[in-house]
Amino acid sequence: MQDQIIAAVLVSTIAFFTVYFFTPLLIKFLEKRNVMVKDYHRKGGAMVARPGGPAIISGIVASEMALYVLMPIVRVEISAIVITTILAFFVGLVDDKKVMGGWFKPLALALTAVPIILLGAYDSDLAFPLFGAVNIPLLYIVVAIFMIPITGNTINSIDVLNGVASGFMVIASSALTISLIILENYEIAIASLSLVFVSLAFYKYHKFPSKIFPGDSGALTLGAMYGAIAIVGEVEVIAAIALGPAIINSFLFLSSMKRIVEHREIKSKPVVLTDDYKLKATSDKDASVTLVRLIVAGGQLTEKEIGSVIFKLTVFSGFLAILTAFLMGVSL
Amino acid sequence: MKGSSVYTFIFVMWILIILGGGISILILAPISISGYGEFDLILSSGIKAIVAFGLVVVWILILTKIKNWIFETELKG
Repeated sequence: MQDQIIAAVLVSTIAFFTVYFFTPLLIKFLEKRNVMVKDYHRKGGAMVARPGGPAIISGIVASEMALYVLMPIVRVEISAIVITTILAFFVGLVDDKKVMGGWFKPLALALTAVPIILLGAYDSDLAFPLFGAVNIPLLYIVVAIFMIPITGNTINSIDVLNGVASGFMVIASSALTISLIILENYEIAIASLSLVFVSLAFYKYHKFPSKIFPGDSGALTLGAMYGAIAIVGEVEVIAAIALGPAIINSFLFLSSMKRIVEHREIKSKPVVLTDDYKLKATSDKDASVTLVRLIVAGGQLTEKEIGSVIFKLTVFSGFLAILTAFLMGVSL
Repeated sequence: MKGSSVYTFIFVMWILIILGGGISILILAPISISGYGEFDLILSSGIKAIVAFGLVVVWILILTKIKNWIFETELKG
């Protein structure tokens, strides 16, 4: 237990401080090269550096490598998580550099799950609370391949306001880590701590008013790592529950658009900016339905207020995920 | 409370995940094919995949109905 506590402290420290110190350097680098995008929701339309993915991946790789050295018994699992996450980072980086079609990300992200399967870092039992587990040997491979595009894209699709993607990931991955501890999967819980602290350090620069945006490379990295931890840690159902608000966002978007489409390709925006820089729901019937649109349907809110509502919803989902982890030990 | 209908939807989704999981275990777990030698695993996995896909479709349809019901006011607005 003492070894695990030392590993947990070390992994958290490396993850946090790598991103904490590297992100300002990345911001300066991007600003110097004018690699910035306009923040349309902010007064004056400030230019913000993007992408923050390189800072995020550096924190993940550094901390997971430390865990790889400290915990030899989970080297296969750590390798699977890191390789999948790095591949997802490159998928995002391609999308940051060049606007790809709507199908590019799901297909490319599906391929990033291949290392998990090739390394055999999964268990083909899919566990549900109260009812037990079902063994689905071949079908589980399909589940694993679908999992990474789903988690990657849901995090990417919620990255619409200052600080939301990173703040959301802090809460969701904390719930996932606590659930892994409850289920006594301590080594993967430590691997998950890396995601918590990388997201927390990045949130410092991403929160309103953002100094940097994660971009696709950042959002897909966070989402893919979350999905990889869910598969390797055998907590797929709990992970899906903790992602509640992001899954609802994707579900609402897809059910209103009726097809897989890039956000950039949609002309009608779900929310509009008021003169006093608040967001309100659009009256355009062709616009997609999103989580933010539903939140502001009751009245216009500032970007910061919307972020706060999303975080509260994520805390609620996280609570349900932790409750589910407890229910895993109960059998009807 | 801002986004109160979303809380309801998250809670309903959680119940549906637990119930859906339970139903899938009750239906999928007993499926076992034998008598086809090395194809037993492929056949039983194939049948499980088809049944699971059907269950997911039903789950999405139910969730869509509940979504329309919970967010009726917001979606019309």
